[in-house]
Amino acid sequence: MRTEDLIKALDADVRSKAMPLGSAWRMAVAVAAVVAAAMFWLTIGPRPDLMVAMHTMRFLSKFVFTIALGVSAFGLIRALSSPGAPTARATAWMALAPALVGVAVILELFAVPRAEWGTRLVGSNMMICMAFIPLIGLGPLAVFLWVLRHGAPTRPVLAGAVAGLLAGGISATFYAAHCFDDSPLFVATWYTLAVVILTGLGALGGRFFVRW
Amino acid sequence: MTGNNEAELSRLLKAAIAGDERAYADFLTRTAALVRGFARRKIVQGGVDPEDVVQETLLAIHVKRHTWRQDAPVLPWIYAIARFKLIDAFRRRGRRIEVEIDEIAETFAEPETETVSERDINRVLESLPPAQRSVVSSVSVEGRSIGETAAKFGITETAVRVSLHRGLAAIAKRFGRE
Repeated sequence: MRTEDLIKALDADVRSKAMPLGSAWRMAVAVAAVVAAAMFWLTIGPRPDLMVAMHTMRFLSKFVFTIALGVSAFGLIRALSSPGAPTARATAWMALAPALVGVAVILELFAVPRAEWGTRLVGSNMMICMAFIPLIGLGPLAVFLWVLRHGAPTRPVLAGAVAGLLAGGISATFYAAHCFDDSPLFVATWYTLAVVILTGLGALGGRFFVRW
Repeated sequence: MTGNNEAELSRLLKAAIAGDERAYADFLTRTAALVRGFARRKIVQGGVDPEDVVQETLLAIHVKRHTWRQDAPVLPWIYAIARFKLIDAFRRRGRRIEVEIDEIAETFAEPETETVSERDINRVLESLPPAQRSVVSSVSVEGRSIGETAAKFGITETAVRVSLHRGLAAIAKRFGRE
């Protein structure tokens, strides 16, 4: 087939439509949030003293971290799924969530006596945290990998990893409403590990599932 | 020149996305020329045929045109896709050459079966289900319109459009996996 013949065929198909990528991403986040919420309510649910906890800085800080992660990952994945889109600025924003956690860890180390550091870090929920953040994030991750297939990521493994970070941000936001361990020392350790699991799964998904 | 290309291609692709066939043909022809130049510059050794890269890039541009943001420049988008498909073609060619060396050892006396000008796209086209293949061939190689193709096969125009779209999507998808 000559190239001009191919052009005739493509031209005849000009009217076929696909959902614009921006709309697909917005819809994906909405669907992912619903899926994550359903999984959250069906399994662990929020902690019973939620209303009281809302008045403590440590509890609220967890949402600042997880939402910062989700929002920055959303910006980056949108750029990564469109060929030739600039990614430098969105990549720089990815430093925000780790930086916020870092500052909180330093403040916690000043606020809490050294003898208590260990107990705060280990907490009482680390296995639940390590299991449920990935579990709640699996549905959202599948949704995001699907949208990556709909898009055109020229670095599919990286894009898949960022899909994992985005799923992790959403999932950890829900999980944070369940967990009693509010210390930044706990969050910096176990939330991070749980999100890393999703990131690894996302990278694998990007490698094997996102081809175009 | 680049500035002109950018403005003109951007205008044409916007019109095409709105459904303008003539603008789309113009866009694809100009884009093919740009990608051809790019592929010829990048492919310094044999092994990969620049025209295969052109065709694969055009297919990818077609099935992924919804990933272009209409307020973003179009040339970086085109070249990013072309670069991605070029790398893909190199990777695939590397694999195929290994396979061919193995086969040579076993089928030494066999006459050569493939011509140099054999297009990758033909191989993929032949792997399509017959209905899609005949519709794609009719519209492309045989140069018929949608209406003429519908009359030839005794099916509706909608059915032709569906087969054409699915066939092209399948070709774009299978290009990298043969």
